[in-house]
Amino acid sequence: MTALTDAGAKRRSGYALRPPASLTLICLLAALAGAALVALTMGAAGIPMARLPAALGLWADASASPTLARDQLVLWSIRIPRIAAAAMVGALLAASGAIMQGLFRNPLADPALVGVSSGGALAAAAAIVITDSPIGQSLHFMQNQLLPIAAFAGSLVTTIALYSIASRSGRTSIAIFLLAGIAIAAIANAGIGLLVFIADDRQLRDITFWMLGSLSGATWPKLAALAPVLGLALIACVWIARGLDVLVLGEAEAFHSGVDVERLKRISIVLVSAMTGVAVSVCGVVGFVGIVVPHLLRLAIGPAHRLLLPASMLLGAVLLVGADTLARTIVAPAEMPIGVLTAAIGAPFFLGMLLRQRGLVSL
Amino acid sequence: MTAILEAQSISMTIGGATLVDAIDLHIKAGEMVAIVGPNGAGKSTLLRMLSGDLRPTRGQIKLKQRDMHAYPPRLLAHHRAMLSQHVNVTFPFTVEEIVHMGAGDAGRATAQRLVDAALGEVDLAHFSHRQLPTLSGGEQQRAHFARVLVQLACGEEQHGPGLLLLDEPTSSLDMRHQIDLVETARRRAQNGTAVIAVLHDLNLAMRFADRIVLLHRGKLAVDGGRAEAITAETIRRIFEVDVTIDYTDQGVPFLLPQTMRPAGPPTA
Repeated sequence: MTALTDAGAKRRSGYALRPPASLTLICLLAALAGAALVALTMGAAGIPMARLPAALGLWADASASPTLARDQLVLWSIRIPRIAAAAMVGALLAASGAIMQGLFRNPLADPALVGVSSGGALAAAAAIVITDSPIGQSLHFMQNQLLPIAAFAGSLVTTIALYSIASRSGRTSIAIFLLAGIAIAAIANAGIGLLVFIADDRQLRDITFWMLGSLSGATWPKLAALAPVLGLALIACVWIARGLDVLVLGEAEAFHSGVDVERLKRISIVLVSAMTGVAVSVCGVVGFVGIVVPHLLRLAIGPAHRLLLPASMLLGAVLLVGADTLARTIVAPAEMPIGVLTAAIGAPFFLGMLLRQRGLVSL
Repeated sequence: MTAILEAQSISMTIGGATLVDAIDLHIKAGEMVAIVGPNGAGKSTLLRMLSGDLRPTRGQIKLKQRDMHAYPPRLLAHHRAMLSQHVNVTFPFTVEEIVHMGAGDAGRATAQRLVDAALGEVDLAHFSHRQLPTLSGGEQQRAHFARVLVQLACGEEQHGPGLLLLDEPTSSLDMRHQIDLVETARRRAQNGTAVIAVLHDLNLAMRFADRIVLLHRGKLAVDGGRAEAITAETIRRIFEVDVTIDYTDQGVPFLLPQTMRPAGPPTA
């Protein structure tokens, strides 16, 4: 009891308690497994926990019963790819938010908030319209590969523009950064609006999907685009973690401490763009995951990126698997766009952060 | 003693304004040098050039006989450490985590030993688990000094004594911690580290340094021992202030400005 009160008092007076890294990761992995298990059982076609092992095809023969055959079909061709996509997209969005916040030394940065996702969505929407038009018809067969690449390119252009506007000789103004992000998001949204205007009905449905964000289009081939980017991001996170830590001191100080700042910035920008871009190409614009997850984790485990980045991936995955399960059950048999759900939860959270950190944003 | 740093006629011109004009500096191992001068004399610009952060528009800087800009950043950090004046940390890192950043690629045991030693030296061992942004300005400055000491020690273990640059290191420190910092820097100098500090307070500069570099409008006005560098005549010419210079019992000069009107008797 006294130990608990002591801990509370210490935290209030600015003492930081850091739980061990292994414990953090094990807890998050357990939470992810739990969320995935619940997500497997819920949906338009409910599969109770008791039928789950058989439905997964672990030890039953599908030809034995029609219910089992249906369960297996639902799980393997719809639900499992969707849950996997939700987990991977959540991991990518949360970690790219954390990297972006480290790069801009600003806890309020989020790829969706400052237009990086919109830039990716604009490029993806443009790719849809072009590959569907008579001129781009020859490219239509590779739309699956083209969308992530286009979204990556769009996100990259946006991030570079944002960085060059907000940074002057190594210092980043947080206010300019957020305002520039709003302007860039507005430009991208105007572009999407124009595409909506010229699109035909079928293209329109595809484009609307990008603007609201949904995981309903998740299929195995789309997972094949997510997995390599996630793998690369995992490796890169270990590599850039120390640099991002030291960058919190400022660019000149990071250089004095032996960090190759220019290279770190280049890697981070490409990484944020690739992670956001490929996530956007699979499920459209899903906001606020990248701001909520790293913020909560910094409170719980501290800001050191070596643990923050992998933990963000795990918690982002948990959050999005949960949110997607909610999105597809809350108004069943219809489906709520997941971007709407994350914005409804995340935007008030962001406002709360803004109120607590007013001092950070000064013109 | 060998030369640690050789600046050959370095200049910095930004947008037509010459901030630093053809300065030559040779700093030997174990020297303690104070850079002083009025506001806008180019002190901080000179220090940033000596750290490798700014590349001189003319001239060349050699660190241990090698062109400063030929070092990759990580190797350069082994040979020179720099304490900046204002470091603003937005994320809730603890004091210990910040000081650890100085250790770079050192092994875990070495890093922990150096971090503990540095925290003791700046009198912050009891604050090691506090979040840096919750500390006072002076305490934060000491934490960053500890980080720089760790970096210097890591470099020294691999490559021998290096270069320590300090930009207004005492600006937010109370008197006791100012003295501690000067003493800590002096111990490093006795081990062969070359120490260069930009200082505002001339009295502190004369306490701190064996050698004073006085800048005036981007040019090197005086470079020499404290007794020759700081004379009433030089101070009048460069700072436009009349001073009297006196000496302590140990022969260290100190000065008092005379132009300022003294306070009257206290009114009851």
